[in-house]
Amino acid sequence: MSGRISLPERGVALPDRKRLAMDSPIRNANLPSIATIPLSQHLGTPSRCVVRVGERVREGMLIGRPQGIISAAVHSPIPGVVTAIKEIDLPQGSRAEVVVIALDGEFDRLRRDRRAASTGRSEQEILTLLEETGVVGLGGAGFPTHLKLQPPKGVSVDFLLVNGIECEPYLAGDFRLMVERPSEIVEGIRTAAKLLKPRSILIGIQDLYAEAVATMRAACRESGLPIEVVALPARYPLGDERLLVKALVGREIASGLLPLAEGVAVVGVGTLMAVYEAVAFEKPLFERVVTVSGGAVREPANLKVRIGTPIGALLDECGGTKGTPERVVVGGPFTGSAVYDLGAPVTKTTTAVLALSADEVRPGRRTSCISCGKCASVCPSELDPARLFKLVERDLHLDARSEGLLDCSECGCCSYVCPARLPLVETLRVGKRLARESGVA
Amino acid sequence: MEGSTSRNLAGAPHLHEGSTTSAMMWTVTLCLAPSGLWGIWQFGLPALAVLVVAIGAALLGEIGMGLVLKRPALRDGSAFLTGLLVGYMMPPAVPLYVPLAASLFAMVVVKWSFGGLGGNWMNPALAGVALALLSWTGAMGSWTAPHAWHAVVAGSFATPIASPEAFVAGGLAHQRGGSGGPIALVALGHYPVSPFSQSVAQWLGSHAGVRIDPHYLDLFVGLVPGSIGEISPPLLILGSVVLFRRRILGWRVPVAYLGAFLLLIWAFGGLPLGGALFQGDPLFHLLAGGIILGALYLATDPVTAAHTPGGMIVYGAGAGALTFLFRDYGSLPAAMPFGIILMNIVVPAIDRVARSRRLGMRAREAER
Repeated sequence: MSGRISLPERGVALPDRKRLAMDSPIRNANLPSIATIPLSQHLGTPSRCVVRVGERVREGMLIGRPQGIISAAVHSPIPGVVTAIKEIDLPQGSRAEVVVIALDGEFDRLRRDRRAASTGRSEQEILTLLEETGVVGLGGAGFPTHLKLQPPKGVSVDFLLVNGIECEPYLAGDFRLMVERPSEIVEGIRTAAKLLKPRSILIGIQDLYAEAVATMRAACRESGLPIEVVALPARYPLGDERLLVKALVGREIASGLLPLAEGVAVVGVGTLMAVYEAVAFEKPLFERVVTVSGGAVREPANLKVRIGTPIGALLDECGGTKGTPERVVVGGPFTGSAVYDLGAPVTKTTTAVLALSADEVRPGRRTSCISCGKCASVCPSELDPARLFKLVERDLHLDARSEGLLDCSECGCCSYVCPARLPLVETLRVGKRLARESGVA
Repeated sequence: MEGSTSRNLAGAPHLHEGSTTSAMMWTVTLCLAPSGLWGIWQFGLPALAVLVVAIGAALLGEIGMGLVLKRPALRDGSAFLTGLLVGYMMPPAVPLYVPLAASLFAMVVVKWSFGGLGGNWMNPALAGVALALLSWTGAMGSWTAPHAWHAVVAGSFATPIASPEAFVAGGLAHQRGGSGGPIALVALGHYPVSPFSQSVAQWLGSHAGVRIDPHYLDLFVGLVPGSIGEISPPLLILGSVVLFRRRILGWRVPVAYLGAFLLLIWAFGGLPLGGALFQGDPLFHLLAGGIILGALYLATDPVTAAHTPGGMIVYGAGAGALTFLFRDYGSLPAAMPFGIILMNIVVPAIDRVARSRRLGMRAREAER
């Protein structure tokens, strides 16, 4: 493990808000009476709808078939009847086709009892299974897992890194999985390792999660796999793929490139759990763990939720909110999206539903930039966000690009610390898109 | 909780650490306050009047320009701070039209004609004081005795007396030739010493065996003629410790500024006094003439200082070197303001050269 280095003092130390939900074991959420399932919950081409209005569907039945090279299958989370196929706005800001299913009939999940050990399947069989079950990265981006675990020809994987950092405040779903289901996660790692054939396997967990470090170490020992569990300092945004690679193996990934280019594969613990269930039970990805938390939630919890459940129902299930929350967020507080429509559905990449009070959001008045340099001092990509912000505001996208705009990982540390309350990361996000459109590589 | 509710839809992140620009400004102001109170104690009501006029004029300038440009900005606390700093760099008995003009110039011309807070490229307070130094050189070079001297110096607050560094600079013309150093010069010129420092030096000499010239003690404690907010190094440093701990202040600029200034003083500061190389007196020059105020509170103004880590070192060292030049070879009664604002001008060039590397650049460079 030569070359491993500790992170520089970048990013931000956050007040501990994970405690709100950390001690609450994962429990099943109520089934939605109406599920709204987007056909695009992943990175890449939306899947193609294969059901019609009025059609009866069963639990776990395919409703969206992948199309194109990067795409993922979508399944019905509940048995019922398709009542509508329409377009809605998703919290992330994109418009997507959705299938609306009204709950009806029995839960007779297809192939529920057919269990086969992953060792009994060929690599190609496993990849096909992952594609058929629609497993994608559950940490946020939704990159199809059957593609992630399939390194391009000629690329050898040196490291398989398991991301158990979960650095955003409030989120505790990965923590609960590591504490409650460590051996299943390790089985997921076994499957990933079979496909990637890495030279070594490391699990990165933040030191705030001492309990998870212990359970994962024990499960790794039991499995007989040569896995090293590394406790890393609790600092946001250490869970960012590029930072985790740097912290664990000391390699730097150029922006725009996948870690695989440097011989590293990074997979989250939630995704590995889904990989395990897909391979062991042929279970399609139609439910996931969602942390419901925030200062405005009465009873924060970790719920196993069917995809398509409206987020308002989850808040209700957690005792409702205290007064009107300042903001309702889908995803982590640093990278998630504020929503106004509480009917918005949980998708494969929904890590959390947060109702935040004004004490937490701490809204403030915007003033001028005084170049205090705080943004640059916390930027994990070592950019000067204030300078990029000014360039983007003046439409100098190419100048911003040459000063590293595209290296911005949109972690949001700059906006979090800015005393002038400038919308730094918000502006850089837009600037990145414009720079890509206006520039040639 | 079904259906739609109207809510705040600002983009991520949805949390904030809680800092604000005005909180930063008022924190700096509070950290500066002890030094100003010390000045008022030593120099009396005239000093208070200068501070009130300097701050009042700065607020007036800010309000006026805010109204003209329809961008009210008084609440950020920056105008108060600028006015306070202008007042701190004024001699206590200066005619009140001097701080008035300096503060108005600072706000209207230097700050607002470049777009207000954050837009100016020169520190407004320093520019205002520079204008005063050039326009009213005599008034800006005439100080009054501190309260602590009243037993030894006849007359009142209004009696003009040179500050230690001005006394030394003035003495140069008459006393060329092997005088030893600035402290020897002030002793030779029978420059006053406060009874307090006199007795402390005596006590130290007889009880602890430490021989120290009482003039140093006066300079250190802040019992000398000088500009209102500049004379008390311990109180200025105390405030900066708070700012440093709150990360409002970085170490690079002050360390580079003081490092370059003191090194040059030590190497060449003895020459004008007829001494040899490496016979300068860094301690005297550190404690006299507002160097500490400049190093900790003016060179470090984030708007006008360099923004890159490497740039801060170059900028600070440059400002320190220029301050040395003006101190030893300048003709105006203050060196620090010009040393810093001249470096303000070249900050953009420094920053362009000193851009830092970014995460992933090593990998990208390796590809080429």
